[in-house]
Amino acid sequence: MNLSLELMLQLCIILPLITTLGIVATGRNQNLREGVTISAALLVFYFVINLYHGLQQGKHINVHWGQIIPGMQLSFTIEALGMIFALIASFLWFITTIYSIGYMRSHHEKNQTRFYCCFAIAIGCVMGIAFADNLFTLFIFYEVLTLSTYPLVTHAGTEEAKKGGRIYLGILLSTSIAFFLLAIVSTWFIAGTVNFEPGGIFGPEPDIMIVSVLLVLFVFGIGKAAIMPFHRWLPAAMVAPTPVSSLLHAVAVVKAGVFTVLKVCVFIFGIDLLDKLPSTQFLLYLAGATVLLSSLVAMRQDNLKARLAYSTISQLGYITLGALLASSSGVIGSSMHIATHAFGKITLFFCAGAVLVAAHKSKISEMGGLGRQMPITMVAFFIASLSIIGVPPAGGTWSKWYLLLGTMETEQWILMAVLMISSLLNIVYLLPIPIRAFFPANKASIGDVQIKEAPLPSLIALCITCLMCVVLFVYPQPLYELATSIMETSGVVHGQ
Amino acid sequence: MILGLYNYWVVVVLMMIGFYIVIAQGNLIKKIVGLNIFQTSVFIFYISMAKVDDGTAPILADGISLYSNPLPHVLILTAIVVGIATTAVGLALAVRIKGAYGSIEEGEIQARDNQEC
Amino acid sequence: MLVHLPILQVIVPLMAAPACLILGRPRLVWLFSLITSGIAFLISVSLLRQVMSAGTISYVLGGWSAPWGIEYRIDELNAYLLLIISAISTVVLLAAQTSIKKEIPKDRHTLFYVLYLLSLAGMLGIVATGDAFNVFVFLEISSLSAYSLISLGKDRRSLWASYQYLIMGTIGATFILIGIGLMYQMTGTLNMEDLAVRLPEVTHTRTVFVAFAFFIVGVCLKLALFPLHMWLPNAYAYAPSIVTAFFAATSTKVAIYLLIRFTFSIFGISFSFTTLPLQTIFLTLGLLGIFVASIAAIYQKNVKHLLAYSSVAQVGYMIVGYSISTTTGLMATLLHLFNHALMKGALFLAVGAVMYRVGSTQLRDFQGLGHQMPITMAAIVVGGLSLIGVPLTVGFISKWYLLLAAIENGWWPIAILILLGSLLAIVYVWRIVEAAYFKEPLIDREPVKEAPLTFLLPVWVLVTANIYFGVDTRLSVQVAQAASQSLFGVSP
Repeated sequence: MNLSLELMLQLCIILPLITTLGIVATGRNQNLREGVTISAALLVFYFVINLYHGLQQGKHINVHWGQIIPGMQLSFTIEALGMIFALIASFLWFITTIYSIGYMRSHHEKNQTRFYCCFAIAIGCVMGIAFADNLFTLFIFYEVLTLSTYPLVTHAGTEEAKKGGRIYLGILLSTSIAFFLLAIVSTWFIAGTVNFEPGGIFGPEPDIMIVSVLLVLFVFGIGKAAIMPFHRWLPAAMVAPTPVSSLLHAVAVVKAGVFTVLKVCVFIFGIDLLDKLPSTQFLLYLAGATVLLSSLVAMRQDNLKARLAYSTISQLGYITLGALLASSSGVIGSSMHIATHAFGKITLFFCAGAVLVAAHKSKISEMGGLGRQMPITMVAFFIASLSIIGVPPAGGTWSKWYLLLGTMETEQWILMAVLMISSLLNIVYLLPIPIRAFFPANKASIGDVQIKEAPLPSLIALCITCLMCVVLFVYPQPLYELATSIMETSGVVHGQ
Repeated sequence: MILGLYNYWVVVVLMMIGFYIVIAQGNLIKKIVGLNIFQTSVFIFYISMAKVDDGTAPILADGISLYSNPLPHVLILTAIVVGIATTAVGLALAVRIKGAYGSIEEGEIQARDNQEC
Repeated sequence: MLVHLPILQVIVPLMAAPACLILGRPRLVWLFSLITSGIAFLISVSLLRQVMSAGTISYVLGGWSAPWGIEYRIDELNAYLLLIISAISTVVLLAAQTSIKKEIPKDRHTLFYVLYLLSLAGMLGIVATGDAFNVFVFLEISSLSAYSLISLGKDRRSLWASYQYLIMGTIGATFILIGIGLMYQMTGTLNMEDLAVRLPEVTHTRTVFVAFAFFIVGVCLKLALFPLHMWLPNAYAYAPSIVTAFFAATSTKVAIYLLIRFTFSIFGISFSFTTLPLQTIFLTLGLLGIFVASIAAIYQKNVKHLLAYSSVAQVGYMIVGYSISTTTGLMATLLHLFNHALMKGALFLAVGAVMYRVGSTQLRDFQGLGHQMPITMAAIVVGGLSLIGVPLTVGFISKWYLLLAAIENGWWPIAILILLGSLLAIVYVWRIVEAAYFKEPLIDREPVKEAPLTFLLPVWVLVTANIYFGVDTRLSVQVAQAASQSLFGVSP
């Protein structure tokens, strides 16, 4: 195909939306419908790869869709941080679709057409967020993402799903309307622009107090980043089918949140300004508290998905923390953690779903000895856990390393301790699961079991993501280069 | 001073009487009567304010140079028509309410509505 | 012909109303009314174009020049309002014939259209005229037909609601009449333009203060400003669905127009906002209205009641924008006039479709409608999202400008309160959504089909407009900006 990069960028956003039409049209025929989804996912991934090459060649792409409100443009561009996010999201859309085919069919879920439609819309929004050139554009896609994932969260249509959906929508919409929107309008009023500019947009000498308040508004307003006390929606959203939980709550939605936080920190405030704000320190400790507390809560969860949800909150705390550290290592660590955590967590969720489908188990206490029945799943679970914990041979090692480096550079010793302790806690709540699965405490209770893995598509999907965890360890250079170039474009590379 | 503006006092007193009836009376017909008194006070206000001291009716005639202002009178003709129309609609509604509720007492109607809810 | 457009705007529906009686056959009358309203719409479009390109249009009735004769004046604000009213009226009429078949006895169909057109003519007249007394006359034309229209509702409570509205409305109108009378007494003129020139000379007198007070209270009754809103919820809830859709989208807007016109153009900003504490009063009442009415909306069992209370809350937003009294604030109010007409028109019309199929608008009768009437419910969801102010809908645009206006003035607490108010909207909108999508239909309710096309078409026209004007705001923002700038330009 010989498309211009501009067109490809627009197609990345539009194609998933158009795909919904195809999905609805082919809704009767399962195979055709899923074929449509997969080919769209592949196409989008192909476009993103092309854009990535374009970025590497130093090309600048700007796309304007016109103004909604005078001065408020809908415009898109490519930039390293967004590229990381777009690459992950588009790749994982493809993988998750493969996984969903196995999961949804063997789980006999209803309304699958609606499921794939909302899924595609959500991905379109994620692409919009990733490539957004200003806060306004980002905000619009951010809100639509919330709304398009609501039907996914409440997919089951039960009373429980309704309650989960209520919390999900309630927190995400409230925070974004009450804080995020206010912050954006205020930014527009103070700075006269809401474009993402390297080094920030508040000028050399802004009013420190007001800007501090703005930072707090932003961090709280981006409810998707799940900073305490606005984290409740994430566990609530676990009522959704597993593919939704995995893609949206390990990748798309939560990552949209932390991505926005990073973007705001680096391109709206600029890390130099961030360093000077009194509220940064407060938010750093809040993020640190989120990391620790949610790890502690995760330990007490017996439902696997709930444990993973709290683990996600904790890991999101890492990323927010890294962004707020106001050092280049912090930003590098955070942006790399977006990627490594995505692959790690999605593998874990895939495994959880596989266990649910194949063994009909959702409680951790029941999973002892499961390793014999589902060896591949459990090995994948083990490796992904390592990635979340941050030890070799998994990708999480690098991102956590840079985050620690960031705390050291800025001499935030308490936070450094928080990160270390939290990693220990990760070990405590994640590793026992695969270990018990292979070495059950009560061997006698495990009779003669046969290998019964999840359906093949699901298994393939989780193997690929697991493999990616390892690949990111062995070959992190592309990711690292992207992450460092975030700071280069912002023109304030410190050290390294 | 006070006596000189007596027409305004009449207006105010009538207005208050009318307003009071509208609020205090529970009977729908009486409310409409009150509304009429209320409106009438405004008519009087318009009419009396157009009166020019020593002025005559605005008919062109020799030797007369001072006329009352005819415009408010004309305006108030319109307002009277509007008032009658309002009264008619109000009374028609009262008739329908009587048919539907069997009462034209505010309290009883409210009580019946509350029962339904 | 083009010269006479300002008067044609009013006279066409006014003359068409009695003509309906001659036609007699309901379907024919419907078609005739639709065409009439359509013509009114085309006239308003053409007027807006003229005004935007060539400035204010002045039309003297019968050739009697301005201060003596009656003048019709169309500036940006008038043209904008005329467009809103005639557009909503036309779209709503599309569904009228289907809707009233179930809600109004057959022998009254023709009368319904007569009243509808009269009401339309009245509202258009209020906006088009440049004469203060004319305002009163048209106000009564539209109000009297409104009382009758509301009393056509199926439920007997509509009669009682209509009666209460009649009492409140007449008191309001009489207050306005007193206000106008006092103004005339002090200035000797009824022409708005002339009033604007002469009033400042006498603003120090107590009479003008009294005139102002009477007028404002009267208008606030009409626009259902909290706490003078008591007549509105019942009137909207028990009126025939078509009537509700029409009035909810237009009638309070007309009252707000009067408020803006008199305070900004005639009395002048310095008098209204500096000499008198109008700003504080309106700001407080507006905010109170937002919260009290939104919370009341949350507890309603009838969807029409719910939306009616939401209307009171939305009026609160408009009043807050108005009380900020800057160009941006007024622009936010004007935008919200337009946007709210679109949202509430769509929502009430969709609720009308539910009424048509289900025969009730109780919240519990909405249960399961998400599957039985998917297209209608989707419209309600989009309308609801617009009410909340989600991006890509018109609600977002109004909210954006309102926030911007508050922040520009440095009123941070107000900005926060505005946003908190819109969180309440999430709650009441989601009550409808959850009932429709998450609850099983009641056992004693027959399963229903999707609404007929005559409903879906106008509903979706309005829903599409909700989204279209949420994305492409050129028209609405440009006109609202021009109108608000001209209001600030005219007055000192």
